Amino acid sequence: MLSRVADSIFWMSRYIERAENVARFIHVNLRLAIDLGPGTAGQWAPLIYTTGDQDLFAERFGEPDQRKVIQFLAFDGENPNSILSCLRSARENARTVREMISSLMWEEINKFFLNVRAAAHNQNVLDNPFDFFHQVILHSHLIDGITAATMSHGEAWHFSQIGRLLERADKTSRILDVKYFTLLPSVAEVGLAVDTIQWSALLESASALEMYRKVHGRITPAQVADFLILDREFPRAMHFCLIEAEDSLAAITGNRGGRIYSSAEQKLGRLRSELNYARIDEIMQQGLHEFIDQFQIRLNDVGLALDETFFTPPVGGVTPLAQTQQSA
Amino acid sequence: MDFQTYETEGFYDELFAPDGTPRSRGEPLVRRLQTISMEDLQRRQKAAEMALLNMGITFAVYGHEAGTEKIWPFDIVPRIIDGAEWDHIERGLKQRIHALNLFIDDLYHDRKIVSDGAVPEWLISSAKNYLKPCQGMNPPRGTWCHITGTDLVRDGDGQIYVLEDNLRCPSGVSYVLENREIMKRTFPQSFDGFSILPVEDYPDKLLEMLMHIAPEGVSDPTVVVMTPGIFNSAYFEHSFLAQRMGVELVQGSDLVVDGGLVWMRTTKGLERVDVIYRRIDDEFLDPQTFRADSALGVPGLMDVYRAGKVALANAPGTGVADDKAVYAFVPQIIKYYLGEDMILPNVPSFVCGDEQQCQHVLANIDKLVIKPANESGGYGILLGPKASHQERERYKELIQANPRNYIAQPMLSLSRVPTIVEDHFEGRHVDLRPYILYGKEIYVLPGGLTRVALRKGSLVVNSSQGGGSKDTWVLRNGFSHKGRMNSQRQAV
Repeated sequence: MLSRVADSIFWMSRYIERAENVARFIHVNLRLAIDLGPGTAGQWAPLIYTTGDQDLFAERFGEPDQRKVIQFLAFDGENPNSILSCLRSARENARTVREMISSLMWEEINKFFLNVRAAAHNQNVLDNPFDFFHQVILHSHLIDGITAATMSHGEAWHFSQIGRLLERADKTSRILDVKYFTLLPSVAEVGLAVDTIQWSALLESASALEMYRKVHGRITPAQVADFLILDREFPRAMHFCLIEAEDSLAAITGNRGGRIYSSAEQKLGRLRSELNYARIDEIMQQGLHEFIDQFQIRLNDVGLALDETFFTPPVGGVTPLAQTQQSA
Repeated sequence: MDFQTYETEGFYDELFAPDGTPRSRGEPLVRRLQTISMEDLQRRQKAAEMALLNMGITFAVYGHEAGTEKIWPFDIVPRIIDGAEWDHIERGLKQRIHALNLFIDDLYHDRKIVSDGAVPEWLISSAKNYLKPCQGMNPPRGTWCHITGTDLVRDGDGQIYVLEDNLRCPSGVSYVLENREIMKRTFPQSFDGFSILPVEDYPDKLLEMLMHIAPEGVSDPTVVVMTPGIFNSAYFEHSFLAQRMGVELVQGSDLVVDGGLVWMRTTKGLERVDVIYRRIDDEFLDPQTFRADSALGVPGLMDVYRAGKVALANAPGTGVADDKAVYAFVPQIIKYYLGEDMILPNVPSFVCGDEQQCQHVLANIDKLVIKPANESGGYGILLGPKASHQERERYKELIQANPRNYIAQPMLSLSRVPTIVEDHFEGRHVDLRPYILYGKEIYVLPGGLTRVALRKGSLVVNSSQGGGSKDTWVLRNGFSHKGRMNSQRQAV
């Protein structure tokens, strides 16, 4: 398939996943605000850190509060990572590959964008936001389902999968990192009700609470981190995302059985296998935030490697895959 | 919903005779519409527009600030063409395209038509879209204009005229297919009692034609559609056609010339391209041959084309016959190459490049429509009878400064079709653009795109200027409302 098309399909899915995760952040924070009651206004600030857009926010809105943060994260056209901006980008990408994706996919992505754009001008949404953010999450799942059910599971679909999975791994790591900014427990609070509520809210924002309980039962910080980072079966866990993304990458290159030819395969494979052998106690010892920081940087490198392997290979690069590695 | 208050107002109405009775070709439709309430019709109309929006069937309006895409309004009352009349139109179009193709080929070779005196020398030497680099070129199978959209109108007396030829990158065919789809979805009952020629096989015909023109020795050609990108007003159509043909939609940046061939950049390396249905204008195709500042094209593409290693549709250079001054000479062109009289007449035209005719135009500008020779999309047209004194004077100056660039025609009284306007029907003016493919043989898509001027009294049907569209039905010959299916079967 065309490199440009692969690139667009990758980003189309990536942006939809990003929009969904922003909705998840907001949704769970809305619930927390109710659970924790007034006087916890400060909890809206971490959301901005989660998406890494704190400077842009400060410049445009000043001090964070619920309304401002929701406006910024959901509807601000100037914020490239707002739900609206993500869906605009997803739709633009879908438009450039419309002939490659199914009509149903295009129609739903188009409707998704049109709905959110309409909501951006509807005051009722900010007054009663639960429904709206829930709908955003559902619409993303709908598109994921339509994609899986109407698109041949060939090269294009695998690029779409990788886009979604890398984005999800990144966002799950950020959800976990929120804890670093807000919930760093003062020693006295560890194990108290407030702390438990916050950890369970965190699990819920990854739709992980029920599945977590089945595996670990009681909520402890280390086990939550273990579940969201290292679980192999939970579909929003970072490890799971990388396993699946690596499978898709192997399906694209046709290189199964451990032979590695491209930098994308090398970087993704390495990161995945590190998670495979990692232990949560070591991660906690090293420092959760530092670990997540490193993970995000490395994941970013995987994205760059994908770009250089498939999306913008050098001209004359009829065989862009490095031959030196093959012979080594 | 009855038609009690519907008035044809002295215009030719496609659905009703002047005495208010339905024309026989549309009788079942009128009966059907009479059984449906206006509320129901409006609901269907809304459903159709909603479907268009959700399907993202939109076009971009240049220089329009509020969002770059709009849906193109659709009216659910179809335009119906009788089968026998369509046969006549089809024959006329085939004749016209056949002759124009010979004309273009002649222009880029010996120009016999000029040396034999059938058209004046100035017409050719001054043609703006004549491309010198194409001189002496021999496109695959001798075909230049593979895809044509010819605009037709019906005047007040019922006569169908050719209004203009579009031989460069005619757009709109995707709307023909989508309009039919939307009609089936939202108003299926309207088809009762009709037998209509299908349009759905156009992408197959197009692909067949494109494969037919593949370079010699290529048995399984790779065909692509080439678009300028998502900001082009016809982007929807480009992706639509690529999707329906099952071929790649490429941009210039996806293609690269290497070793005398054209390649596309894929995730698995470079892949050869044999046929390009290009939807970008000649001047942008290849910065090495045409406009050096074109970022849309592919450097070196024309060299490969010249060497016969890639086919382009339409062939570069066909635009020379898009010229409205050339249009005025099509009767002579048909006569010269085919020895036949024109089947579908031109609108009588005055060519300002001719001294005498120019004087006539200047003296009668208040009665004429003035058209620039090389614009499209309805831009630059002066409707003499409706224009202000000032505008007319401005056009007189424009014509005198560059007479070659203008032609003039009488004001036509375009036919009308009932159209939903708020809570009732009103007549609105329409034109018709059939699509013609020139492959192994010449194929005409039954019907084509009916554009409708939605503003009351307006004659401008262009999407950029308040136009909409309608589904267009060509009835099967001898198979009209009276259920003559049996008699037709006997005839076969």
